[in-house]
Amino acid sequence: MQKELINLIDISKSFTKEKVLDELNLNIHENEFLTLLGPSGCGKTTTLRILGGFITPDSGRVMFDGQDITNLPPNLRQLNTVFQKYALFPHMNIADNIAFGLKIKNKSKSYIQDKIQYALKLVNLDGYEKRMPDSLSGGQQQRIAIARAIVNEPRVLLLDEPLGALDLKLRQDMQYELIRLKNELGITFVYVTHDQEEALTMSDTIVVMNQGYIQQIGTPENIYNEPENAFVADFIGDSNIIDGIMLEDRLVAILGAKFACVDTGFGQHTPVDVVIRPEDVELVSPGEGTLPGIVTHLIFKGVHYEMEVMAGGFEWLVHSTSMFAVGTQVDIRVDPFNIQIMNKPESEDEEAVSLEES
Amino acid sequence: MKNHKLSRQMMAAPYTAWIILFIVVPLGMVFYYGLTDKTGAFTLENVLDIMSAEHAKALWYALGLSLISTLICFLLAYPLAMILADREGNAKLNRHSLILLIFILPMWMNFLLRTLAWQTLLEKTGVINRILEFFHLPSLQIINTPYAIILGMVYNFLPFMVLPIYNALVKIDPNVISAAQDLGANRLQTFLRITFPLSLGGVISGITMVFIPALTTFVISKLLGGSKILLIGNVIEEEFTLASNWHLGSGLSIVLMLFIILNMVVSAIFDKEGEGNML
Repeated sequence: MQKELINLIDISKSFTKEKVLDELNLNIHENEFLTLLGPSGCGKTTTLRILGGFITPDSGRVMFDGQDITNLPPNLRQLNTVFQKYALFPHMNIADNIAFGLKIKNKSKSYIQDKIQYALKLVNLDGYEKRMPDSLSGGQQQRIAIARAIVNEPRVLLLDEPLGALDLKLRQDMQYELIRLKNELGITFVYVTHDQEEALTMSDTIVVMNQGYIQQIGTPENIYNEPENAFVADFIGDSNIIDGIMLEDRLVAILGAKFACVDTGFGQHTPVDVVIRPEDVELVSPGEGTLPGIVTHLIFKGVHYEMEVMAGGFEWLVHSTSMFAVGTQVDIRVDPFNIQIMNKPESEDEEAVSLEES
Repeated sequence: MKNHKLSRQMMAAPYTAWIILFIVVPLGMVFYYGLTDKTGAFTLENVLDIMSAEHAKALWYALGLSLISTLICFLLAYPLAMILADREGNAKLNRHSLILLIFILPMWMNFLLRTLAWQTLLEKTGVINRILEFFHLPSLQIINTPYAIILGMVYNFLPFMVLPIYNALVKIDPNVISAAQDLGANRLQTFLRITFPLSLGGVISGITMVFIPALTTFVISKLLGGSKILLIGNVIEEEFTLASNWHLGSGLSIVLMLFIILNMVVSAIFDKEGEGNML
């Protein structure tokens, strides 16, 4: 891992008595694509705005390259923000929008001209210099907003749900575009989103947040395959979260059946949450698996079939490329590697979203 | 189809009648009187009478005083509009409604009454001078001077400058301001390059809405300027009421109209640029 560039230390922030962030600690590395992921109100945008300097934390410090920048105003920080709704200057053409930061810094005309050309090429919009922002589509405006930020050569680019207002196809294209940009520029991206797919696609590191607390920090694979609590498991992708009892190391009882797993260190007869991803549930002929059940729903999803299987009093969500008709008697089998054991939630923010709603 | 069109025309009839009766006909009458003499023959004499020393002086006076008042209104209104539009500060201090109330309260009183009140306040033996006298301070002698007229104009027309600027300011996306700061602009640079250019449309309509009534007023100058200072509005009023010379009154009105149209053309040009590229 590269060296640490930003440290958020014990950051707390309340708005009108409501605590949005509670003693948050986070390290951001050089050249990292870090995503703050969570539902609305989890504190991810507040964290970003504290980084940008638009909000001052109630307590805690923001360190940038070893220097305390907690009280530094936004215009003196070495980072730039791409705002959710682009926030282009409506009274300036595209070239003037991009040149804004450079003109403030009194760069020479030829330097600014070169930078505008370079940035427009980078976001694939050459020839748009004289256009006005409102004559551009949402996707184009967003790319101009990125161009306007990166010409200032920030060491960190902050992106606040930049793709939120775009339609699905454009959003997917822009995801690849952002990864390409990140690699070409070689700078740190801090990206805020509530879209787990976006986070999984682009990030080096995902920070899952809920109710002002960090739930888990890890690589996309790590977050997806080994969620640390029910909230993460539920928020990232579909999952079956089942009450279980850890009988001993490498053996868990779920819905009355014993499943082999690979987790250790939970003690004996400990209540736990068990996460099994729907694509990890194997359906086999009766007698060949661990838990008998019956298929209750079947939907064709294109790449796979989505099925619901009633087994042991629990409705299992199953993704499989082979189809089992509704009413078929099946057995459920799960590879020990694909069973993820978690401690029971200790606080509300660690609970699964669906539990919270019910 | 045709029926539909007909019924729509029928519905518009009252408005058309209103416009013809109360706008087109009076305007036509002003032009008729202004461009004829007492015998009904065509003449430019009434219009050209603006060149006479007395009338030219009244016109220059009116132009000068209304320009000064407009400038003062702008200088007072812009910071006030910024305070009103500062949502964050308002939320923090919970002051928005209070300022708005202080600001709107005088508007509930009649325009004439408010101007009369200033007369009473400013008179040689008026309230302000009595208080000054009580503290053995030199008395304030501004009643019946241009200063009193400017004061009256600014006091009465200030809201018409504040409101359009306020409207323009609240329409600015706060993220645009954040973006400017994010790109390195300090507060002054943000104001000069972003906030002010984006509020220019409001400033222009504010100027129009103050300058035109100030230019044509005759009540303020009559009450606060005494009979010593005649503005073009007073001249026209007196031609209609005292001198009963509708021809001359209308002729001078046409001249005044030219200035108003000029002002509107200038605002239209500026506003168009305001929408476009001002930097």
